[in-house]
This record gives sequence, structure tokens and C-alpha cells, in this order.
Amino acid sequence: MFETQEIINIKKEELLPKVSSLLKDGQRLVQICCTKGSKLVVDYSFDKNYKFTNFRLELDLQGDTLPSITEVYFAAFTYENELHDLFGINVVGNKLDFGGKFYRIKETAPFNKPPCQEVKNA
Amino acid sequence: MPKRTVIPFGPHHPVLPEPIHLDLVLEDEKVVEAIPNIGFIHRGLELLCEKKPFQDMVLVAERICGICSLVHGIGFVNGVEKIMNLQVPERAELLRVFWSEMSRIHSHLLWLGLAADAIGFESLFMHSWRVRELVLDIFEETTGGRVIFDAIKVGGVKKNISKETLGRILKQLDKIEEEYKQIADVFVNDFTIAHRWSGVGVLTKEQAELLGAVGPCARASGINFDVRMIKYGGYDKISMEPIVETAGDCYARALVRVREVYQSLDQVRQAISKMPEGGEVEVKVTGFPTGEYFSRVEQPRGEVIYYVKGNGTKFLDRFRVRTPTFANVGPLVQMLAGCDLADVPAIVLAIDPCISCTER
Repeated sequence: MFETQEIINIKKEELLPKVSSLLKDGQRLVQICCTKGSKLVVDYSFDKNYKFTNFRLELDLQGDTLPSITEVYFAAFTYENELHDLFGINVVGNKLDFGGKFYRIKETAPFNKPPCQEVKNA
Repeated sequence: MPKRTVIPFGPHHPVLPEPIHLDLVLEDEKVVEAIPNIGFIHRGLELLCEKKPFQDMVLVAERICGICSLVHGIGFVNGVEKIMNLQVPERAELLRVFWSEMSRIHSHLLWLGLAADAIGFESLFMHSWRVRELVLDIFEETTGGRVIFDAIKVGGVKKNISKETLGRILKQLDKIEEEYKQIADVFVNDFTIAHRWSGVGVLTKEQAELLGAVGPCARASGINFDVRMIKYGGYDKISMEPIVETAGDCYARALVRVREVYQSLDQVRQAISKMPEGGEVEVKVTGFPTGEYFSRVEQPRGEVIYYVKGNGTKFLDRFRVRTPTFANVGPLVQMLAGCDLADVPAIVLAIDPCISCTER
């Protein structure tokens, strides 16, 4: 048995108003997930009464910025630091910003590089 | 205004089997603020999906953690099976429930032992782990492993359990429950334990909701949330209600885990009684995954999320894991604010931190 899930596309400028309204509605921030394709796809997942909803926005692969939602959901600081350290996304206004030291890794943005199959075939 | 001092806690500390660091900002003996620091052993396992075919990623998922490895495997295969439209045989689903709940019993007993050890109750620690050994014996008998089980695969399970073995396990469960009851009674009724943990590291229901707490941490604060209620996998055949406490302190978190062991014993018995006799335990898997899904399962420490995205090749586009300890870092910061320095180890331990999960 699989639960039904919804993915709703939003624009970057809609993020903060949307997140604020979700907080008022009593939604729990479940996670923030980033996936690299031709763009960076960022999913904000929420849950209320076992209904799982994702709000999805797209960012450019390099140099794009994202407003922080820690003003609304403080616990997002872990996910936003992760977005910065693994994908190189500049999150603006993170209330607990580790400045790139959240993960003590040698590489910069290791998850925002071409997949190894592409590197091998190049 | 009292002078503020910053005391480093971890990454190496007697209550921390794995490295996590906290900068504790103190005014006298009171913690004013705690700044968490992880990432000492980040492994980047998620990126392995570029190199390993999706079937092999089950092995990677199972190796994220050595305590709840099987549940990680189930979280991953659930996601892949959803996007490949695979219907797993009922017996395999119930075998997964059986092993999942045995994992929960083993994980909670491990935590209860560690918690007893952290407050100097050595004999209780030893008895908790003695009972846990009986659970590990069942794992060894049914999967061949005591830590990493390698029993799950996309489309079903790799190992079956005979009717005779299941009958013997039912008898062993009675013995485990009888012995566990003696330990559980100490956790519930002992004055020292209640005195040490009551009122320590309080997280209110509102704070838990706002900060996204999961698992026993959330349920100890009065949140009635357990991912098993979405009835993933074989849980649609298992009846249950989430175990909830309301005090929101370390003692409530312990009580939730104590009661969840009984609940898991009941679910193991349900899974065995509802398991169809004979039949297949796997379906043939053809083709490659296409599509995406957020698979949610209830680990011993709480909700874990596997995001899988397939592109029609044997490699996944994305394999992402959000572990319960990662979600409980924010709530931990809240629990620590305002506590006494001497209570920090108990509070950190009370979220049952799993850093190997967090540093996947």
C-alpha cells in the first residue's frame, strides 16, 4: 500500500508567503530535498494529518540564491546548510548559518557536479 | 548579567558512541544556547546511486546504520517498488513487518541499556542488553546476520522463514516478553530513574510541532504521529495505535520506548499469525525505474524518508535520505536551552541520536 502524494510547483518569490500560510495551517516541515538535473530542483515537504505535500521550485545550477525559511520554521537551518554545503545554493537569511562548515568535507558542492557516468564518457 | 562561557561538548564524550559536537553557551551552570555541529564523518552515500545499479543500492541503504539497517532497506525498496509498480507478495510484506518490528525491539533495548548506563545504573544496562541478545539470536536464525541482515530486495525478500521456525520464535517471544517485563517495570517504577529524567529537557507539543520532531521524541510530547499509520508495506494488515505520552521530558521519551517494545512484540505476533502459508516471497523485477516517490517509513527513531528518482536506466537520478536524527537536531537545540549543564548528556541521549544515519 502506498500513500498518495502531491507535488505543487511554485515560484521562488512565492516561497515565504506560502511557507507562512502553511505554518498557520499547522503543517509540519518534514524535509527540504534538492535534486540536480538540468536545474536544481528543491522540494519542501510538509505533513498534516498524514497528508504529505511537496512544494517544488527550480533554481539555476550555479550562482542562484534562495530565501531562508528559518524565520518561519527554525528547524529548516539544518536543511538549508545542507543545500549550501552539498549543492552550493546560497541561502539568504539562514538564522543558524554555519558558513559552509556544516559538513566537514573537502570538496565544494560535491552534489552539484556532473554525474560520474558523464565524466567517464566525456 | 552573568558572564557567559562556551563549553564544547563532544565530538568525543562517554554518552556519545558517535561524533556530534555541541557548543554550549552557559551562564553559570545554565545552558543559554546550544549550537549543534555535525558533519565529522559525512559519507556522501547518497551520491553512490550514480555508480551502483538500483538493486545494489539496497545494500548501500542497509549500511547507512548498523542498528536499524533493515528498516533503511525497506524504506528504499518501497520507493523503488512504487515507481516500478511492483506488487510485493503478502508473505514478503509480512516478513518485512516481522523484521522491522524485531529491529524496533532491538533498537529500543539498546537505547534503554545505554540510557541506564548513562545514569550509572549498570545492572539495568546489562539486563537490557542481555534481553537484546535474545532478539539478535532470532535475527541470526532467520537472516544469518546479527547487525546487517541483507534480507530485503527490490520486489520482495531474499530469505523465507519456515513454519517450524516461526512456531519456535513465537515461544521465544514469550520468553523475551517475560524477561523484558522485569526490566520495563524498573524503568517505569524506579524512583531514581523517574527523579533523574522527569522535568528534564522538556519539549512542549507546540515546540515539537513547530520544530518538526519525529518518532518517540514527538510522541513523548503528545504528538499522535507514527508513519506506520499510513499503512505502508504490510502494515495495512496490522492493527496499532501510536504510543503517546504528554510530559515531553526525558522520562516521557523513555516511557514511549518502553511501551513501544510491547507494541512491537504484539505486531510481530500479528505478522506471524497473518502470514499466508507457502507462496512466493518475491516478484520478478523487469525494466528500470522511472518516476519519483518520497517513501516514508517508521524507523525505531522516527520517520525516515527515502526520495528516489528514476530515469529509465539502471542508475537512479537521485537517492536522498532524511533520517530521524537529522530531523531531531532542531528540537534538541530547543530541549537544551535553559537546562543545567549536568543534564546535557541525558537530554542528548534521550533523542536516541544516530550519527551514522545522520552522516549518511
